[in-house]
Amino acid sequence: MKWAGLLRSKLGLLAALAACANVAQAVPERWQLNMTPGVTRVSHDIYQIHMWGLYVCCAIGIVVFGAMIIAMIRFRKSKGAVAATWSHNTKVEIVWTVVPILILVSLAYPATRVVIDMAYTEQSQMTVKITGYQWKWGYDYINVGDKPYHVHFISRLDPLSDKTRQLRSGLDPWKVEDNGEPAYLLNVDHPLVVPTDTKIRFVVTGDDVIHAWWVPALGIKQDAIPGIINDAWTVIHDPGIYRGQCAELCGQDHGFMPIVVKAVPMTEFQKWLDEQEAAATRANAPAAPAPAAAGAG
Amino acid sequence: MTTHVAHSDAHHDDKPHGFFNRWVCSTNHKDIGTLYLVFAFIMACVGALFSGVIRTELAQPGLQFVQPYFFNQMTTLHALVMIFGAIMPAFVGLANWMVPLMIGAPDMALPRMNNWSFWILPFAFTLLLWPLVQYLLFGTGGGAIAGGWTLYPPLAIQGGDAVAFSIFAVHLMGISSIMGAINIIATILNLRAPGMDLLKMPLFVWTWLITAFLLIAVMPVLAGAVTMLLTDKYFGTSFFNAAGGGDPVMFQHIFWFFGHPEVYIMILPAFGIVSEIIPTFSRKPLFGYQAMVYATASIAFLSFIVWGHHMFTVGMPLGGELYFMYATMLIAVPTGVKVFNWVSTMWRGSLSFEAPMLWAIAFVILFTIGGFSGLMLALVPADFQYQDTYFVVAHFHYVLVTGALFSIIGAIYYWWPKWTGRMYNETWAKVHFWWTMVFVNVLFFPQHFLGLAGMPRRIPDYNVAFADWNLVSTIGAYGMFLTPFMFAFILWHSLKKGAKAEARAWEAAHGLEWTVPSPAPFHTFATPPAIHDEDLAHGDVTH
Repeated sequence: MKWAGLLRSKLGLLAALAACANVAQAVPERWQLNMTPGVTRVSHDIYQIHMWGLYVCCAIGIVVFGAMIIAMIRFRKSKGAVAATWSHNTKVEIVWTVVPILILVSLAYPATRVVIDMAYTEQSQMTVKITGYQWKWGYDYINVGDKPYHVHFISRLDPLSDKTRQLRSGLDPWKVEDNGEPAYLLNVDHPLVVPTDTKIRFVVTGDDVIHAWWVPALGIKQDAIPGIINDAWTVIHDPGIYRGQCAELCGQDHGFMPIVVKAVPMTEFQKWLDEQEAAATRANAPAAPAPAAAGAG
Repeated sequence: MTTHVAHSDAHHDDKPHGFFNRWVCSTNHKDIGTLYLVFAFIMACVGALFSGVIRTELAQPGLQFVQPYFFNQMTTLHALVMIFGAIMPAFVGLANWMVPLMIGAPDMALPRMNNWSFWILPFAFTLLLWPLVQYLLFGTGGGAIAGGWTLYPPLAIQGGDAVAFSIFAVHLMGISSIMGAINIIATILNLRAPGMDLLKMPLFVWTWLITAFLLIAVMPVLAGAVTMLLTDKYFGTSFFNAAGGGDPVMFQHIFWFFGHPEVYIMILPAFGIVSEIIPTFSRKPLFGYQAMVYATASIAFLSFIVWGHHMFTVGMPLGGELYFMYATMLIAVPTGVKVFNWVSTMWRGSLSFEAPMLWAIAFVILFTIGGFSGLMLALVPADFQYQDTYFVVAHFHYVLVTGALFSIIGAIYYWWPKWTGRMYNETWAKVHFWWTMVFVNVLFFPQHFLGLAGMPRRIPDYNVAFADWNLVSTIGAYGMFLTPFMFAFILWHSLKKGAKAEARAWEAAHGLEWTVPSPAPFHTFATPPAIHDEDLAHGDVTH
């Protein structure tokens, strides 16, 4: 946290570079093979568990497949191998029942720690409500600290991606960029703006069908379900743009409702949010009697 | 005595005359087994056609061929057709053919119900596919169901009347499966030849017995879930409608209470097949026969209590997530026992590599890779990243294609000489195997990378960063698309020109099925055979 603060205040250029580096982490790369560690503590922890699981599987694979390969080379009938007749060995069978249990415990223990961490959504400093619609996301800023807000907006696929993705549009998906990043289907008109170094609680729901709000770099995936409110949390340390997509099949345009999270320093965020709040108040002022009328009707 | 009966059958085997009498009215387990297998093959080709559309659209970024809604119909139908139309009927077909032969029974216990279980299926799939056919041929209706094979509401009931077609189709498939399962249980528990104790049964029979109980337990649950969907859509109920006081997540719990045992319904018979093939071509008894039986039973039991791992991101309470993670990880233990036993069976054996053995070995390796990704998926924090991505797509295709399907192909090569009395061409079968081996991995392995890089599943179009691996995957799919034709040609050629098969078609094959002539006469074991332990598939039965 201090490190990021230092960069912000003293070394603007480096901060920009750092942001670029983070941006590179936040979008998928061509020929990418593995998960990326992301930019939050939770996403790093998830990455560690993923890698530990992968290493364990590789190790078991080397032993098991290695034994099979040796058997296939050494015990060929064509090389005169004569089959043994044994068909059990209690000691070995106990070993290969108990050893996997120990390996599983070594996987379950760190995983449990992270699950508990991920579930702890209390003591957040601000709340954003996320609503999945067919096929766009709605964002409501509920509060920052004790102060309530009424900022609401809808975030859709950006117009260029939208034109390009039409059937046989003739437009080139490789030419859809944002900030120099290939952003085809990963860009929106209004990104979700959030502050860095702040514990943000997301409350997630759905309006029509089930969606899932997924930003890989934050390590958050939460189903957005009508009639149910789920929650998740994050603390982002590095300013940057983090992209994600809807992860639960939600109809024909399921592939076309991306998520863009723009993390900015708290002061910048506060300024942006106050502007939005003022705009929302202006927009609502003349229409103020409307809800009452609707209620009466 | 057995051979005497069989021989007299071969001379006047009273096969019904005429196509209608022979096939439509059949009550013979072998003919019904053949019907199931032919039906499964046709459905596998239909399902492959759907995946051809999917992979063609996904070959490059941008939408080139189909609208997203049609794409969703393809993914939905591909899954339903492959699961209920190809894999499950293929296993039932193998059970029909082999269970009576392996336990010394003259036929299935309930032959007329057997006929009905099969003949429901063509009607079920006509119902399922009709909305698509109507849309493509006549341009009417909204096309097939497009909400995913998991049928999650509220999305599933947004579809047109194809939803009703599909739900009735699922009802019919369920009825067929339940009747098939009852028949298999009745056959195994009642028609074993004297001396064929439960713990002397071949593992294929054991795994099918356990699978049949799974089917009876969970197919009614699926029927209930889809019926509630139907009444929600057409009769104003609110089982899963939050606005009416219902709960959309409740559907997922019910669905996966069916869905997870369903996964094992599609893999336990495969375990059985591999446990028959590997000892034969290792010329060595199966290692740990009883451990295999108990491991299968443990896996079946655990399959009922792990459904939540399909829904880690729906917002379950912390305790629920932890419980489902631990329970799921536990499945790795009996599954590991099985893999270790297969490897131990090969160890110090005398191995030869005929086609069935190649498919069985490929099964053990590639299914284990599918098991590895399954173990990774069980880890809740990591699952939050994997859920609903191509990593999951890669995982279940490794267990269902290189797992279940490979075992089915291996089984067909293994028992083909028994069914037809003809050997297949070993060289061509090896070409078929190695071709499949290369392209199936080119098709599915890169999907792990796509998922880890962040590509969601069930999307018709994607960011350009995913373009390269998607193209590779599509190339693999095109290679795979040739394999059913290769397989059909090899089998057709064998029927016409194949060398005559001996009764014991494989040198070290054990089991009652190899004591009857090849091809197996129309009626076998009209008189129960005498059981000689050395005929059984797994040497020492006291352990």
